[in-house]
Amino acid sequence: MTDGNILSLITFLPLAGALFIFMVRGDTETVARNARRVALWTTSITFILSLYLLWKFDPTTADFQFVQKIDWMGGAITYHMGVDGISVLFVVLTTFLMPACIAASWDSVNVRVKEYMIAFLVLETLMVGVFCALDLVLFYLFFEGGLIPMFLIIGVWGGKRRIYASFKFFLYTFAGSVLMLLAIMAMYWEAGTTDIPTLLAHQFPPEMQTWLWLAFFASFAVKMPMWPVHTWLPDAHVEAPTAGSVILAGIMLKMGGYGFLRFSLPMFPVASADFAPLVFALSVIAIVYTSLVALVQEDMKKLIAYSSVAHMGFVTMGIFAATQQGVQGAVFQMLSHGWVSGALFLCVGVIYDRIHTREIAAYGGLVNRMPVYAVMLLIFTMANVGLPGTSGFVGEFLTIIGTFEVNTYVAALAALGVILSAGYALYLYRRIAFGPLEKDTLKNILDLNWRETATLTPMVVVTILFGVYPKPIFDITSVSIANLVTHYSAAIEAANMSGGGALMRLASLFSGQ
Amino acid sequence: MEHVITTLPAFGPAMPEILLGIGAIVLLMFGAYGRENETRIVLIGAIILFLVAALVILGDEAGRVETFGGMFVSDAFTRFMKLLILFGSGTAMMMSHSFIKQEGMERFEFPVLMILATLGMFMMVSANGLMAVYLGLELQSLALYVIAAFNRDNARSSEAGLKYFVLGALSSGMLLYGMSLVYGFTGTVAFEPIANLLANGETPIGVVFGLVFILAGLAFKISAVPFHMWTPDVYEGAPTPVTAFFAGAPKVAAMALIIRILFTAFPTMLAEWQQIVVFVAIASMVLGAFAAIGQNNIKRLMAYSSIAHMGFAMVGLAAGTETGVRGVLIYLVIYVVMNAGVFCCILLMRRKEGMVESIDDLAGLSRNQPMIAFALAMLMFSLAGVPPLAGFFGKFYVFMAAVQAGLWPLAIIGVLSSVVGAFYYLRIVKIMYFDEPAEAFVKPVPGEINAILTVSGIFTMFFFIYPAPLLVAAQYAAAALTP
Repeated sequence: MTDGNILSLITFLPLAGALFIFMVRGDTETVARNARRVALWTTSITFILSLYLLWKFDPTTADFQFVQKIDWMGGAITYHMGVDGISVLFVVLTTFLMPACIAASWDSVNVRVKEYMIAFLVLETLMVGVFCALDLVLFYLFFEGGLIPMFLIIGVWGGKRRIYASFKFFLYTFAGSVLMLLAIMAMYWEAGTTDIPTLLAHQFPPEMQTWLWLAFFASFAVKMPMWPVHTWLPDAHVEAPTAGSVILAGIMLKMGGYGFLRFSLPMFPVASADFAPLVFALSVIAIVYTSLVALVQEDMKKLIAYSSVAHMGFVTMGIFAATQQGVQGAVFQMLSHGWVSGALFLCVGVIYDRIHTREIAAYGGLVNRMPVYAVMLLIFTMANVGLPGTSGFVGEFLTIIGTFEVNTYVAALAALGVILSAGYALYLYRRIAFGPLEKDTLKNILDLNWRETATLTPMVVVTILFGVYPKPIFDITSVSIANLVTHYSAAIEAANMSGGGALMRLASLFSGQ
Repeated sequence: MEHVITTLPAFGPAMPEILLGIGAIVLLMFGAYGRENETRIVLIGAIILFLVAALVILGDEAGRVETFGGMFVSDAFTRFMKLLILFGSGTAMMMSHSFIKQEGMERFEFPVLMILATLGMFMMVSANGLMAVYLGLELQSLALYVIAAFNRDNARSSEAGLKYFVLGALSSGMLLYGMSLVYGFTGTVAFEPIANLLANGETPIGVVFGLVFILAGLAFKISAVPFHMWTPDVYEGAPTPVTAFFAGAPKVAAMALIIRILFTAFPTMLAEWQQIVVFVAIASMVLGAFAAIGQNNIKRLMAYSSIAHMGFAMVGLAAGTETGVRGVLIYLVIYVVMNAGVFCCILLMRRKEGMVESIDDLAGLSRNQPMIAFALAMLMFSLAGVPPLAGFFGKFYVFMAAVQAGLWPLAIIGVLSSVVGAFYYLRIVKIMYFDEPAEAFVKPVPGEINAILTVSGIFTMFFFIYPAPLLVAAQYAAAALTP
């Protein structure tokens, strides 16, 4: 194993596992047992490999590392992989959540186990690929390819309204992405390549940036999701099986934020600055509005889904503040939300497996029979609220500080979201865990078994560890982010020097010049 | 031009055509004078004939060669298209093997007609003048009319044949009218002289009219909107392997012909024909996407799908550049291969009482025949253009050309209609994977169908790993056309 192709190894190892499961033959029971084991082993080994990646990662440079470049589609479009300080942690986040997803599906998925595990492993390959790809076409391939397994996961193993949810998920994201594809082609003809490092250095004409930015925004805003194109998310989250929700909330939403950081901000800085007010407005609406919506939800998963939209509002706000703190905070918030929301969905899955309902009203007083569960749920709820000492706090705090430097009103309004999130999260917790245990269905409910404990414990550990001591994450990301922010400000300054503010550029765009 | 009459033309460049012509006659004689029921042997003979023709084409490494007084041309472009046509015809022939036996239409004329249709397509591809175009087109069309109605005891099949014939005759009329206008105003039927005449001086208005009529006639052949009305009915009525045939090879031939005419005879009229092609492409993509949503018969659905796909292919053509032609060629290859796979799956939709064609009959296929369901699901995602499957790359290259040419409205409407189209492809996946199982289809699957489906599925799924050969070949073929 050389460092040159470790990224490809991490990316495609799950696919190899999927092929292996594909070959498994025998009666249903044996196949299911073997499929589960192979999937767990594959994802665990992938996680260990990604830890090795992290260990070898050099945080003192903003350059891409572990780079691998091979001819692929003739000439300008190559198979180019690499990670920098921004993407490497998302790779690790993905591989970290996958074993938990497999473990969470151990008993709860009983039909078509083989296909289920194959779908998840293929999905892992595609998700890791998104964060490693250093060629736009390759990125698009991974980015869109993930729709196929996710569509099947929601549609085959989902809840009652799974068909509606799966179609909505697929068509929404597909529609957003095709416009990005056209933008990718336009960039190819403009710069002569789809190689990301080359494009990062290329300066697109300001008018062109506007259109390209809008096309990329269409895709990432849907994926993120930003208000008002978030409506696919509650449906998809509610209907997806537990592990599917974990992946959706934990990783797929982050692809949007990652896209903003990798493409929109550094490649179209002028347009990003022009559109920042729009993003701020949408982010604040998302934070306040979806928090209020979350407050009145009757369905646990739906509540967490809406809270995800609100939390992603902090991320977009932080990214487009384009300050060191803002972007740091956004990246941290994405990572933290990755494991916190993932863990919350796992927690919902735990009680759903026992009672088979996600209705909040069906629960109450769980602390009496499930003390361990109640403690863990409390920790994740607090992290979701953004309590200091949990990882949720760090990200929210930094994004607000970062935005404060740029726009005080936006930061002040966003801070409302912190209060509202305390409202809905604590209200949810009270209704589920506290109060007397009155419902007959809950009288015999059992606390976490060892498998569930083992799944959730690592997430408790990272939530508290990085809440108290976030430095390791900042160490890895800071150089790359500083580089990004410096380049961004330089490009804005250059654009302002060469004449015309944002309004001038917009005016010239619409007058067709 | 005197030497054309006095000396023999070079036959070498037309070797594949001559081979197919002689082969068709030999097989016809064999069928007519042989003992009872020689269909099977004729069919196998036809497939071997196709293989030999393919080898002859592959072995031909000459550059651009003209013969028969410049009316016939052979170059990298024609070789590329002919190989693709052979693949389309060959797979349709293989698919029909067990079908014609089961449906009681086992007659030796069937393979012979398919060879003749293929010969007509070859002529279309190699045509370098308006007369040769018409010759090839009619040979192809007449053979196709007959095989559309080949299941003559079936009212739907006869209806399909008749409809195809009446509308086809109309389109041939338009084509011929356009050709006569072009001839009248330029005084020649050969492509290069037309182009040279147009390059020196004003474009006569009659030629513009002629070009419009020619395009209308050819648009009928690729079933592009607004000349698509015959497609759903003919696709539904014709026997399934024949539908598979219609959806593949003839479209390739007609598209090759359109490319050849536009790029060698009317390159100076780019501004005129670009508008037409853009309109036809947009109309085909949009109508194909929306009209298919309401379809319940899988063959009708595939008819609208093929209309939409021809629209997508024309997006590349609209660019009017070498990149565009390359995109069209890549698109056609991927389309023909996917199409063969999908029709294999349709041929497997057979219950004890006979063939079924409603898409609801696919329910639960993922449990009864998981491998076939998986292949069909991947083909559907690929037809919808979801990466990393082959269909995505087809769309990628045609839209790439459109973006390069700055045709933004076309590109944006195109990609958005592909999202609408995704809906009905997903519906088939939904029925197979999400719905409660229906009665299983008859097993076992005939070997040849399994083989084609496997090839098509593997190509569709793994095209992205090593796309270079097709890209290079298409590049080479497109370059031959636009010197």
